[in-house]
Amino acid sequence: MKRIAAWAALAFGTLYFLLPLMGMTEFSLKMRRGVYSLDAYARVLADPKFQETFSYSVIMAVFTILFGVLLVVPTAYWVRLKLPRARPYVEFVTLLPLVIPAIVVVFGYIRLYNTSSWLPLTGTATGTNILLMFGYATLSLPYMYRAVDTGLRTIDVTTLTEAAQSLGAGWVTILGRLILPNVLVAVLSGAFVTLAIVIGEFTMAALLNRPAFGPYMQLLGANRAYEPAALAVIAFGITWACMGLIQLVARLAPKPAIPVKD
Amino acid sequence: MTVQPSPDIKTHRPVPLRGKLPLDWLGLVPFALFVALFLLAPTMYIVVGAFRTIDGTFTFDNVIGLNTASIRSAYWISIKISLASASLGCLIGFCMAAAMTLGGLPKFIRGPLLTFSGVASNFAGVPLAFAFLATLGPIGLVTVFLKTNLGIDLRLLGFNILSFWGLTITYLFFQIPLMILIITPALDGLKREWREAAEILGARGPQYWRMVAFPILFPAILGTMALLFANSFGAVATAIALTGSSLNIVPILLFAQIRGDVLGDPHLGYALAFGMIVVTGIANTIYIVLRARSERWQK
Repeated sequence: MKRIAAWAALAFGTLYFLLPLMGMTEFSLKMRRGVYSLDAYARVLADPKFQETFSYSVIMAVFTILFGVLLVVPTAYWVRLKLPRARPYVEFVTLLPLVIPAIVVVFGYIRLYNTSSWLPLTGTATGTNILLMFGYATLSLPYMYRAVDTGLRTIDVTTLTEAAQSLGAGWVTILGRLILPNVLVAVLSGAFVTLAIVIGEFTMAALLNRPAFGPYMQLLGANRAYEPAALAVIAFGITWACMGLIQLVARLAPKPAIPVKD
Repeated sequence: MTVQPSPDIKTHRPVPLRGKLPLDWLGLVPFALFVALFLLAPTMYIVVGAFRTIDGTFTFDNVIGLNTASIRSAYWISIKISLASASLGCLIGFCMAAAMTLGGLPKFIRGPLLTFSGVASNFAGVPLAFAFLATLGPIGLVTVFLKTNLGIDLRLLGFNILSFWGLTITYLFFQIPLMILIITPALDGLKREWREAAEILGARGPQYWRMVAFPILFPAILGTMALLFANSFGAVATAIALTGSSLNIVPILLFAQIRGDVLGDPHLGYALAFGMIVVTGIANTIYIVLRARSERWQK
């Protein structure tokens, strides 16, 4: 009885999750009348707008990841090493982007950093790109910080730092050649989540008027029939690849010798 | 002859000074600066703007101004959709997680299901809307199948993807996996001894669930529901890609307001955004408080 109910729940869930995936895949193949073809994909991939916006979003993702790593790794390390009392507060702040909707944050950006403000970031394309990158960095902050902090938990930060210092290493050496390699797996998993978030992000890019992949998809969806389905398949593939890479990296990672409890 | 200060004194002097002035906090300055400038200040600007007139004086008029028929209904529909998708997501996600952990399904299902949940909970936004349009839209897979093979016309039954139920069903695609990911550890934490102890005392299956397992899981379930509520309340991209601007919900209204000041008053826009923060803030506070309570059992 219990087992039948369990199978029923699983079957219902599987059906619910498979149908939209089948629906979008089937629809994306139907562009040519009567037969299945890859026409919609060919059309999408050949669209210069697709190439432009997609590479724009990938580049934005790379910069967001670099910035996020430079911001989060030293902070999380420093909090663990010197300011353990500040940890709950820093953690709380990193969770705030889950509380404050992205649309509200970007609304604030537009008012606070417009051309007549003290820091007119939206005045130039480069400035807006930087502002958008900061926005993406806030969106990925909860995931990045948690990943790095969990990674730091598995190493003995204090002993490693003291050992490096007694060998004459400065802070930059300690962070770059000691801490970062030790939490690389955690950093990578945070990076892939960031990649998945940034590539599909719509709200911030649309309201800051940047030519990103998310607004492009939305525009295409409003005007075309089959291409959006092809885009959905591609986007699902990217999300799947990002999550798969996280698991792969975690599996390939060398296991820490003795996990340190905090 | 002048007395040279010995180098010893020079190098030693800063040490006691440094001992008095703790400088460790300096390491947090970059992070604090970033968060202050690009997360807190923009939010505060909106919150303060919600209580200000155009001249800069304090007022409640903007918040009171939200009380118009169209804005009220926007909040109401948003809250209804978030409630429906959160409670259904909780229910279905709980059933699936319980089936996986306690239902006696083969072990090999667990890994793929959790991985898929990780992917699906991140598959939101514009592409998700496309997937559901291709499935339940006017010429979507399921719609056409039901019509040609079973003679069921969804449109005649009153179903429309661009509606309350359409949006709720679509949101479930990221709500259910999130529930599975969060509730599975709690279900794993149900100790076998509790069930055995209950059975020895004469409890039957439903009784064990009603009087032991459910009270333990209750904070976790309710907390996750609050999180799912906030999750769908703030979802902008899926809603816009799915319905354009045909459905009057808060995120779409705010999006249109930022784009082109459709309310005709920037400060009313601040108030609208402030209302969103209040709703998601309450939901997240419930989540944090209840999560702390539920973690007591997971040691």
